[in-house]
Amino acid sequence: MSSSRTSQRFRKLRLALREHYRIINSNKLSQFGFWVIILFTLVAIFAPWIAPHDPWEMTYDSNGNFASLRPPSWEFPMGTTHLGYDLFSQLILATRTTLLIGVVSGFISIVIGANVGLIAGYYGGKIDEVLMRITDILYGMPFLPFIIVLIALFGRQLEFIILAIVLIIWRTSARVIRAQAMSIKQRQYIQMAKARGASDLRIIYRHILPNVLPLLLLYAAFNIAWSIITEASASFLGFGDGETVSWGGMLYELWLSGKTRVAWWWFASPSVCIILLVTSLVFVSRAYEEVANPRLRKR
Amino acid sequence: MVVLELDRLSCHFELTPGFVDRVIKRKPPSYIKAVERLSIAIGEKEILGIAGESGCGKSTTCSMVSGLLDPTEGDIRFRGKSILGLRGDAIKDYRRSVQMIFQDPYESLNPRFRTVDIVAEGPRALELWDANEIEQRSLAMLDAVGLPSGKYAERFPHELSGGERQRVGIASALVMEPEVIIADEPLSMLDVSIRAGILDLLREMQAERGFSSLYVSHDLSILGNVADRLLIMYLGQAMEIGPAEEVIRNPKHPYTRALIGAVPIPDPRSRRAIPNIRGDISKPIDPPPGCRFAPRCPYADASCSNTFIEMETGAGTLHQAACHRLAEIDNAGS
Repeated sequence: MSSSRTSQRFRKLRLALREHYRIINSNKLSQFGFWVIILFTLVAIFAPWIAPHDPWEMTYDSNGNFASLRPPSWEFPMGTTHLGYDLFSQLILATRTTLLIGVVSGFISIVIGANVGLIAGYYGGKIDEVLMRITDILYGMPFLPFIIVLIALFGRQLEFIILAIVLIIWRTSARVIRAQAMSIKQRQYIQMAKARGASDLRIIYRHILPNVLPLLLLYAAFNIAWSIITEASASFLGFGDGETVSWGGMLYELWLSGKTRVAWWWFASPSVCIILLVTSLVFVSRAYEEVANPRLRKR
Repeated sequence: MVVLELDRLSCHFELTPGFVDRVIKRKPPSYIKAVERLSIAIGEKEILGIAGESGCGKSTTCSMVSGLLDPTEGDIRFRGKSILGLRGDAIKDYRRSVQMIFQDPYESLNPRFRTVDIVAEGPRALELWDANEIEQRSLAMLDAVGLPSGKYAERFPHELSGGERQRVGIASALVMEPEVIIADEPLSMLDVSIRAGILDLLREMQAERGFSSLYVSHDLSILGNVADRLLIMYLGQAMEIGPAEEVIRNPKHPYTRALIGAVPIPDPRSRRAIPNIRGDISKPIDPPPGCRFAPRCPYADASCSNTFIEMETGAGTLHQAACHRLAEIDNAGS
């Protein structure tokens, strides 16, 4: 009896995984995006083992000459900087930083956004009013002055960059989740849960949350994509963490070096990586959006 | 012994006028009086049927009794104790004892819950038993309502038919071992062919477990069949109450007469007198204090709209109607 139910649970899990597989495979773009994300994730995990050089190591070519501003070649697949740093290694290690910032701030911002949205949408009234006005204030907050103040206060550290990104990004997910929570709150199964004696918190987290999950996944992907872009622009403007390499930071170094017109390879590789990862995330989230919003579904 | 008692229960909804009307013309808000001074008493193991057209306040009454809606006036007493304003453990006890079966089985089951979780939700929320016992009881309850748990426990609502869904809804109410079941038109959304099965299940459970019921429906033939006593409502007011057989065979109130006269007879050749009722069902917005049926009633005179008649609603078997002109009507009718 119980063993058959455990096997049924496994069946449900397999069905759920198959469902995600089906969603991702439903179109070519999301399939492409999925594999690109997997690839970047693997690179991020194994970065120190893949990178041939240290990111700030002055490299020499096989003839023993200092390798400054070399275009891509077999030896330096993505070229080198004016100080002889290997761009391929920098790019790989930067993947790690970028992905870390993206995933961590994407995750934290969706957690904050989901909670604010669920609580505001479910309780309504004054609580809703207060929470939504806070969100509105954040909507009025321009990103750059905000991050400048934050970095000036706390210093150029990874944690504060993540904090700044999170504080800006959670607002959109909060609004969307609130709208969804408000509509689900009206459904009869919420009335039924109430009549059965479920408390407010139980209704929010056990009854409403699972029903906003597709939307939550969608916005998690969006938030990660936005965090990556935000981090890149912050780093490009010199507000990145000086201790670690990131894609935006590489572009910043290029800008500082003044070799923008000469070293096309120096700006090409980080830019392509940013574009590739962000579009992949958007492609995958588009596939999930079709699930969350059936009107977009192809007929 | 009275289990559940509603004492002059009213529910009014405020209709706020538009900004201009409110601020400039100082128009006072109007009220929809969905339920007006309704008194009912339900005895041990009794099934009280409530019948009426849509908009007569049946569902509002159910929501108030099951604690989903706060009444504007009046009192709800469970075993002699008022339940309004109760908090914490006291209300938990009431929540457990009075359970509701919902009308629409397609809307009232959470699509993300497996059936066993839907059934177990009430006991889990109120922490009635330990986790293992809750699981066991929920599975047993599924078996009891005719859904073998081995086959149905892990399914999601979208994998069930309408009848099966309603059985899950019933199981989720009964697993709490309630003393009163409030059934808000439990059959109306179901196919005619499966109604009988669900009705039999409700009856069987009632006989087995001996709970009292408040059974709401617009279908008089079902109510006549199931209910011990019958209450007829119109626009939020009680019109007539009495033993179900009595009310259906020998209706006193002009509204009840019209209502019973309107029950369809499945014979296309049968012809009958059209009830002598004027106009349309109106909206209960700021109604006069008296009988709400008066504007449509063939027997009404000026006094009908002005005074409210309160009926004796002790759990007795007295048959009464809230009508000023019963004597005249009786004379005219016979």
